[in-house]
Amino acid sequence: MKKFVLSRVVQAVPTLWVIATLTFFMTRYAPGGPFDTEKAIPQEIKVKLESHFGLDRPLFDQYLLYLKNLLRGDLGPSFKYPGWEVSELIATAFPVSLTLGVLSLGIALLIGIPAGIIAALRKNTWLDYLPMSLSMAGICLPTFVLGPLLIYIFSTQLGLFPPLGWYGPADWVLPSFTLGLFYAAYVARLTRAGMLETLQQDYVRTARAKGASPWRVVTRHALRGGLLPVVTYLGPAFAGLISGSFIIESIFFIPGLGKFFVTAAFNRDYTMVLGTVLFYAALIILLNLLVDLLQAWLDPKARQAQ
Amino acid sequence: MPSIQNPPKIREMGNLDIQNLKVSFHTREGIIHAVDGVDLSIKPGEIIGLVGESGSGKSVTCNSILQLLPTPPARIEAGKIDWSGKDLLNQHDKKIRGIRGKEISMIFQDPMSCLNPYLSVLDQVAEPLVIHGMASPKDARKQACEMLVRVGVQRVVEHPHAYPHEFSGGMRQRAMIAMALVTKPSLLLADEPTTALDVTVQAKVLNILKELCTDLGVSVLFVSHDLGLVAELADRVVVMYRGKVVEQNDTRSIFSNPQHSYVKALIACRPTLESTPVRLLTVDDFMNPKSGKDQVLEKLALPSLNLDTQETLLEVQDLVVEFPTEDGPVRAVDGASLVIRRGSTHGLVGESGSGKTTLGRSILHLTKANSGKILYQGNVISLENIQDRTKFRKSMQIIFQDPYASLNPRMTVEQALLEPMKVHGLGKSRKDRIDHVVKLLEEVGLGEKYLNRYPHEFSGGQRQRICVARALTTEPEFIVCDECVSAMDVSVQAQVLNLLRSLQASRNLTYLFISHDLSVVKFMSDEISVMQNGKMVENGLAEDLYRDPKSSYTRKLIDSIPLANRSSNFRL
Repeated sequence: MKKFVLSRVVQAVPTLWVIATLTFFMTRYAPGGPFDTEKAIPQEIKVKLESHFGLDRPLFDQYLLYLKNLLRGDLGPSFKYPGWEVSELIATAFPVSLTLGVLSLGIALLIGIPAGIIAALRKNTWLDYLPMSLSMAGICLPTFVLGPLLIYIFSTQLGLFPPLGWYGPADWVLPSFTLGLFYAAYVARLTRAGMLETLQQDYVRTARAKGASPWRVVTRHALRGGLLPVVTYLGPAFAGLISGSFIIESIFFIPGLGKFFVTAAFNRDYTMVLGTVLFYAALIILLNLLVDLLQAWLDPKARQAQ
Repeated sequence: MPSIQNPPKIREMGNLDIQNLKVSFHTREGIIHAVDGVDLSIKPGEIIGLVGESGSGKSVTCNSILQLLPTPPARIEAGKIDWSGKDLLNQHDKKIRGIRGKEISMIFQDPMSCLNPYLSVLDQVAEPLVIHGMASPKDARKQACEMLVRVGVQRVVEHPHAYPHEFSGGMRQRAMIAMALVTKPSLLLADEPTTALDVTVQAKVLNILKELCTDLGVSVLFVSHDLGLVAELADRVVVMYRGKVVEQNDTRSIFSNPQHSYVKALIACRPTLESTPVRLLTVDDFMNPKSGKDQVLEKLALPSLNLDTQETLLEVQDLVVEFPTEDGPVRAVDGASLVIRRGSTHGLVGESGSGKTTLGRSILHLTKANSGKILYQGNVISLENIQDRTKFRKSMQIIFQDPYASLNPRMTVEQALLEPMKVHGLGKSRKDRIDHVVKLLEEVGLGEKYLNRYPHEFSGGQRQRICVARALTTEPEFIVCDECVSAMDVSVQAQVLNLLRSLQASRNLTYLFISHDLSVVKFMSDEISVMQNGKMVENGLAEDLYRDPKSSYTRKLIDSIPLANRSSNFRL
């Protein structure tokens, strides 16, 4: 187990290096630069800025310098937020996105898994059709429609929750549901498919032959196998959730990580783009590792393979 | 006063009485009457064998008792299943659950898929006790452990957290038995419990099952397709055919004096070790005595082959085949040698994992050998040269075990049979090739009308005939038959074996006949090689090998065959 985790961590290093390299050169070769604005700034100021950030040096030197700093954990200064380090910006925004992500994931699992199980157990009845059509609607309905809809109903009409901002727990409810319901829809469909597959297995019949109640058959015998596809989906889904959503953040005015992804790219904020991409990549690698560990915990055969 | 030392423990509880049971399956293709008015009763302490071929309704009957059939599509149309005064078909779900696993237990066919891969074996064996509140979880594990040791799964003592995938098939089936008997039920329903196991393992598992059930006074409904196997075990045999019980009698009478022609056929169409008929009788011979199929063979009266004068067609010398695994290479074939003479059948027997299939495949160069030589007509085959390879492949063909898996479901019979001819550039025109295909189909007992059908429209036996025809399309000299009748019912098996023999006679074919079933190999072969752990254990003329086996392993294989399957005039 320790060996497995260690080897995965070691494998992550070249992956991150490739991602850093590709992103570095892609942003640099993209037209435009951080200090190109619509209103031309005086040439001498631009030159001064570029030399301040080391942009006047040969590209490969910049690349080596970036890697050197990266090894020390230094993501460099932001070009567009003067006085801010990229790591500082991520550190202030990430907790917000993490909170939103964890809450959304919780909602997705709490709604999606039971809905999927019930649909599988009552296949081809209204208890299957209803949640499955709702989940199809949930997948089709974009968050920028669902978000304002929820704001209209629960804030404007019922006055239950604040429509926007990120100050206290009351603010968390609407964005978490907007984001969570979308994922709940996916989770429900995956759970249903996984459960239908498992419920047909011979060992489920064995459990019934022992006299196990339907509850026991599901919780003890079928659920583990049935949830494996969900677990596989969870890794990338969770990484997407906690790294922020630009749309949700814009609708609800949330100071999360998502906006950095978009604005940094538009602004040619080179260090910010690199920082967020690397952060996201590291997050995916970490979560996939966690998913593998979770799968091993669920499935003894996978445990042996490790 | 009568002595009551160790009285046979017969329960007052436990009369099962099935009356006029009718079960049908409602599918898109229509209604299938799987069980059509079955009457069956089991008295306390009795062992009943329920015998029939696939599709006869025996498993459906067995699964109906505890209502384990999937509904839909299954539907119980009529009948009564009386269990000690309770009508099982009209019980509340909760009542049925109280009987399942406690009063009536069940063992299923495939121990690989019937144990939950996510739970430890010990927990699964203990579970019935916990479900029925017969013991605390801790106590249940203790009792389960005792029961597992009793059936010979000692491993759980040292490895209480072992999972099913860490056990062999035989050990898993023992665990299933422990799981079924840990609650000391009154009746055990065993649905083909040893079908998926090797003969030697099967023999051990059956012994354990019989001993334990006798000890515990458990009555058994033993469902099997193998009449010979049931004879070893059952007090009474019930034979089913097409959803109906055609005959039931005590085991001795069934064998000595079968009444129904289907039962007579079942007894006659098994190849046995002692007899050497030219041709096996088939169910058709009994059910439609005038059908007159396979008469060609009877007329042929196979000339007995003088092996000494036959030239060597194929020779294998010191063949080694290794497969890489995480724990280093595993030797599937470990220095095996073999000589096969033209026009003969060379039988290759061994248990699963003995390397017989790998050997067969490496002879055809479908699996690459690590070292050793394969000589065909005295020449080493070089596969580097494409022309050599094509010629070589043309003269050697293979028939696989599973005719369901080895035919492409998206190709018609015509396409499947034309393909090898196209590959090898045989036939002058398309018409030429189709004529040839039609001739082959007729030769294997099918006809032109089947050309445009897809594999799923055929029964298992018909599919294997198609596979045989496909193997013949390139006019090969040598065919590897890899467990080609193992998945078949005895009656179908007899037809396919007869077909292979008559083709051999008319086309002077040479076979390598691979099977785990010694009696089938014995029927087919002139010479037999026995394999164990990748090595050749014994080599000899079929008759000599059976009469006077040199190795203890061969002896063990022979002894594991149920008595009734060794001799055709078996009497209890």
